[in-house]
Amino acid sequence: MFWLQYAAPQRLYALAGRIYPLAFLLAAVLTAVGLYLGFWIAPADFQQGQAYRIIFVHVPASWMSMVIYVAMAFWAWLGLSFKTRVSGMMTQALAPTGALFCFLSLWTGALWGKPMWGAWWVWDARLTSELILLFLYLGYIALTRAIDDPRRADRAGAVVALVGVVNVPIIYFSVKWWNTLHQGASVSLTKSPSMAAVMLWAMLVMTLAFWAYAVGMAFYRVRQTILEREQDAAWVGELKEIAS
Amino acid sequence: MSWNSWEEFWDMGGYAFFVWGSYGVVFAGVALELWMAVRRRSAVLSGLRSHREDDYAGDAP
Repeated sequence: MFWLQYAAPQRLYALAGRIYPLAFLLAAVLTAVGLYLGFWIAPADFQQGQAYRIIFVHVPASWMSMVIYVAMAFWAWLGLSFKTRVSGMMTQALAPTGALFCFLSLWTGALWGKPMWGAWWVWDARLTSELILLFLYLGYIALTRAIDDPRRADRAGAVVALVGVVNVPIIYFSVKWWNTLHQGASVSLTKSPSMAAVMLWAMLVMTLAFWAYAVGMAFYRVRQTILEREQDAAWVGELKEIAS
Repeated sequence: MSWNSWEEFWDMGGYAFFVWGSYGVVFAGVALELWMAVRRRSAVLSGLRSHREDDYAGDAP
């Protein structure tokens, strides 16, 4: 299969170098469009006034914190099953951005919760499971950095990523399974969205922007991990950014 | 949506602290992550250059 050639670090380094600038450009354009829709076109919410505009970063950050964790679990599974060298590198490249989005989800949620619920934080199923996700990210990062041997670090990290992924459906369905202060999903696969069309569009465009940013960041970051691990390989010495 | 003035826009219907506090931290977080990633790249590249130079120095007669 043609894509297997990218399992070689040298190929992935070159491919990642072509992808990340495009992904960052896309993220910038989509952010501009999303913020324009969200702040200039979308009307105020009839219940929440202007405060609801936090949704255009809160929901994308929350969604991406879950998507990135699932992506990490996918790479972890691939690494454990097929022993591909780049899998662990991709898992590690994704983790910091996932942790950032998870933190931003909790932060923007607190700033939205205070004016609407009267509390920065409640020990509710949705919020608590998202906090556990942040600890999973931080645990993954701490564990992989604490182990010097890259292969052992990858394997240990992959186990955390795979075990922790059970938390993702718990976050997603928490608003259905438990009584919670957090509102239910505004967008779901089973019913039409309970939002005005332009608000929904702004949110989806911002989600794609965050998605493109995460892709750009992961591919930018994985190149450094490749260089560190392949530092004695001949091809690294031939790179124009190294040979000065 | 049309804002009547910039003051009205920045005020966010009285929710300025919450709305701009959210967006400010999101952009600060992204900026910090980008800065750290760029810094790591230059550290890795300069580390590799000196690593290679050490090797060549060792090989020299």
